[in-house]
Amino acid sequence: MAKNDLKLLGGWFSPFALRVQVALNLKGLDYEVVEQTLSPKSELLLKSNPVHKKIPVLLHADHKPICESLIIVEYIDEVWTNAPSILPQKPYDRANARFWLSYIDDKLLTSTKSILMAEDDEAKKPHLEQIEEVLEKMEEVFNKYSEGKAFFGGDTIGLIDIGFGSFMSWIRVTEDIIGIKVLDEARNPSLAQWAQSFAAHPSVKGLLPETPKLTEFAKLLILQWTASAR
Amino acid sequence: MASEHGEEVKVLGKWSSPFSNRVVLSLKLKGVAYKYSEEDFANKSDDLLKYNPIHKKVPVLIHKGNPLPESLVIVEYIDDTWTNNPLLPQDPYERALARFWSKTLDDKILPALWNACWSDEKGRDKAVEEALEALKILQEALKDKRFFGGETIGLVDIAANFIGYWVAILQEIAGLELLTIEKFPKLYKWSQEFVNHPVIKESLPPRDKLFAFFKASASK
Repeated sequence: MAKNDLKLLGGWFSPFALRVQVALNLKGLDYEVVEQTLSPKSELLLKSNPVHKKIPVLLHADHKPICESLIIVEYIDEVWTNAPSILPQKPYDRANARFWLSYIDDKLLTSTKSILMAEDDEAKKPHLEQIEEVLEKMEEVFNKYSEGKAFFGGDTIGLIDIGFGSFMSWIRVTEDIIGIKVLDEARNPSLAQWAQSFAAHPSVKGLLPETPKLTEFAKLLILQWTASAR
Repeated sequence: MASEHGEEVKVLGKWSSPFSNRVVLSLKLKGVAYKYSEEDFANKSDDLLKYNPIHKKVPVLIHKGNPLPESLVIVEYIDDTWTNNPLLPQDPYERALARFWSKTLDDKILPALWNACWSDEKGRDKAVEEALEALKILQEALKDKRFFGGETIGLVDIAANFIGYWVAILQEIAGLELLTIEKFPKLYKWSQEFVNHPVIKESLPPRDKLFAFFKASASK
């Protein structure tokens, strides 16, 4: 069992940990999830990721820990080369996939956090515009890359599907909390359809946190963020 | 022959930017011929607006008419496309590690150093403390190797170009002592190996020009 000795330091609430789980499931791997709490951070987490102290962390056999969700996903794809491939085959397509994910991590994640922390509608406005801009852009990207198929990766889920799709629950929760729909079937029809396909995919099914539970968690997290921002 | 693809490679860059420099270093280390176009931020070129409409930032690599922004994404693309003098290791675990340190440089280490060099009196102590902590982490990653890539320049060395070259200039302007031989002997030694590497040496922007440029910014 040495080769597949896999442990994931993850959290049910974390879209980043979810990315890794989807990748592991996609490759048909056996693994153990060691559920982490945001605080206090476990000894194992602090020892495994001393630089960032964050989940996810993948512990694979005798190797030292691997950190950072997308780096872990690429690692999984490189070690387990059985189908399906997560990264595209051609260098330019690979580079593009990485670019779009850095765009999402940079723009979508920060504006989501900001909008959740915004105190009133005025404060929310610029972040809302940013989120809508990202979703509009990703709608274009989807239409271009999917070539009429269900996913960014075509017939199977690829890096963009995994990286972006794992964030869907948090988008739903954000919509609930701010009372505004951002992923709109009218404005982003392809993405709305894709989000459903992603959620129903065998590697993802059952892993997306339920909105009510995640909303409660988010409310507590927002209090923490706001407290530490002062 | 390094440039086996032969098609035109174009770089939209800024001479003073370490991010642009990463792309230039990678192409030079592989012996890839390219055309360089200097971008003036006050007056963005049509090319830049066309090829990087999202961020409107440099660097942008254009290969066979296909644009690509984001310095580290570009460097990996270059390594994927021109396979001589590899910048990333073969082993998946080592690759993950190289990617981790490159990302940590961009997310944590570069910002800490930059902030310290531009900090005002009020935030200075904290910013300097964070910068020193960041350098400590980076030095630990280097261990006893000559370069982060081992015996040859790799992805992490390229990603750390700001540390290897820019920091010395910025800390002098700020009147700070961050990366010194006393505080970080191994990392300092690495910086000297880096700037004296034959290919790197001729690919870095001239020191006095860079110094004058940042000094002028500091006076504003």
